[in-house]
Amino acid sequence: MLRPTMPVPRPRFDGPPVLATGKFMPSRQPYGPTLQQQRNRSAMWFLLPTFVALSGIAGWPLLRTIYFSFTDTSLTSIYDGEWIGFANYLTWRELPSGRVIYRGTLVDPVWWNAVWNTLRFSVISVSVEAVLGMMIALLLNMQFRGRGVVRAAILIPWAIPTIVSAQIWSWMLNDQFGVINHALIGLGIIDHKIAWTASADTAMVAVLIVDIWKTTPFMALLCLAGLQMIPRDMYEAARVDGIHPVRVFFRVTLPLVRPALMVAIIFRMLDALRIYDLVYVLTPNSRATQTMSVIARENLIEFDKFAYGAAQSTLLFAIIAVIVSLYIWIARVNLADGGR
Amino acid sequence: MTGILRTCALYLAVIMVVCAAAFPFYYAVITSFKSGTGLFEVDYFPVRLDWKNYASVLSGRGFTRSIANSVLIASTTVAFSLFIAVTASFALARVNFKGRSLLLVTILMVSMFPQIAVLAGLFELVRFLGIYNTPWAMILSYTIFTLPFTIWVLTTFMRDLPKELEEAAIVDGATPWVVVTKIFLPLMWPALVTTGLLAFIGAWNEFLFALTFTVSETQRTVPVAIALISGSSPQEIPWGAIMAASVIVTTPLIILVLIFQRKIVSGLTAGGVKG
Repeated sequence: MLRPTMPVPRPRFDGPPVLATGKFMPSRQPYGPTLQQQRNRSAMWFLLPTFVALSGIAGWPLLRTIYFSFTDTSLTSIYDGEWIGFANYLTWRELPSGRVIYRGTLVDPVWWNAVWNTLRFSVISVSVEAVLGMMIALLLNMQFRGRGVVRAAILIPWAIPTIVSAQIWSWMLNDQFGVINHALIGLGIIDHKIAWTASADTAMVAVLIVDIWKTTPFMALLCLAGLQMIPRDMYEAARVDGIHPVRVFFRVTLPLVRPALMVAIIFRMLDALRIYDLVYVLTPNSRATQTMSVIARENLIEFDKFAYGAAQSTLLFAIIAVIVSLYIWIARVNLADGGR
Repeated sequence: MTGILRTCALYLAVIMVVCAAAFPFYYAVITSFKSGTGLFEVDYFPVRLDWKNYASVLSGRGFTRSIANSVLIASTTVAFSLFIAVTASFALARVNFKGRSLLLVTILMVSMFPQIAVLAGLFELVRFLGIYNTPWAMILSYTIFTLPFTIWVLTTFMRDLPKELEEAAIVDGATPWVVVTKIFLPLMWPALVTTGLLAFIGAWNEFLFALTFTVSETQRTVPVAIALISGSSPQEIPWGAIMAASVIVTTPLIILVLIFQRKIVSGLTAGGVKG
């Protein structure tokens, strides 16, 4: 019978070595920090400038905005505001007749109209972009001649500044001289010229068209990156088994691209919920497209209702935070790993 | 037969995508060469080459000044962000400390949160620092989105560098600072260029802060200048001039993007998605 080998006592290297005399052997760094401690300490120093910069220009202003929303601060006298509690959000007063009058952002129809516009815009634009982006990504993932040219071409909308694309499109969508009306009438799709950006019925459509045109490339490129991670032999195997391509897409491709797609969608969603510049230039002063950012800035800077605008900014921040947390929780997106 | 049909369908789809993507810019170029009543006729192909709009846009002092402002603001912001981001991303990518992924997500969230939420507080800060209506207001505020973005992309890049490089240096007694500056930095030039370019485009295109923190025409950045171009009368919108200005500021961007195409795609995707 074999005896289990006795564990050989191994010399310990992590403590200071002990000499035969029982004294500690002097070493260069007897009680100095370990390598890990040293690295942690320099990591702290390395992150310090970032921490200072971000808390100074993001954290502090955010806290101040929230503070302003509980005061009656005005643009001209920023330091004279007094604490008024929730009055910018909601306040009520009972009249002698017994009727109660509510005031504040939470009962402001203009604000709720903007909330509704923003949500409608974000959901529609992001879903259309996801579908279109996926289709373009599938197209770009195929082998054909001139693929590089197509990939370059779809980068053009992405490279054009939002303000510039808003101007170009507002010229193209011009009711009298615009090329879109001209082409649609020429093709017989519409029979009279449409005032795309001016009329309340089509203003939102106009904003959606431009936003989808501008940001689908981003979606397509993110989807394409996901698609290219899928090994080719998976498709090969499906083809040999004679499985219909549509089935392959829903059973193989989509589940494998899902993490990438989910991350792309949340990035776009965050972007869409705070939209400002496109609406400002394409459909100025239109109630049909006014988003939360637009009216919050109007109140802050233009209408001299600084504190009221701060309350709306705070609400916008809260709404976005809730939506994002829900999304991350429901879709189980792992942002830290980048969808890996 | 079905093979030919499929090829045709494929190329039809390709042509549609390319046209949809490229037509608006093409149309802006055509329009920029038209003036007077020519503007009010729809043409799908260039009819004449009239440089009048370009001359009028560039001769006015306002627009060239705006270009100079934008170049100054965007490049300063990017240089500053890259400088800070290199060490921060080393710490985030190569050092295992507690709360690292929480910190990363927080940084990402900062770049994503609505700019309007900090606008009131930033307005106060900008006034307090006495930089209202100067380029510094934009340089300061743009760091909100350029810094998190550069950190995020550089972190993904640094995470993929081989461990052996660093280990060899540590054995030789190199401090983390030496590792970053002497070993990683020379390897990171391609990543720095791409990240810098993307951040530059972001800063170049920003509108909300630039609109809020400037009042005089001489301090405007390019997007604000283009958004607020006005004609001789409020009723008359100078479409020719707007298109010429648009083409002037967009062409360099498009050329840069096409040159760095592959790098940009990998930079964009590094941020979020890797399979």
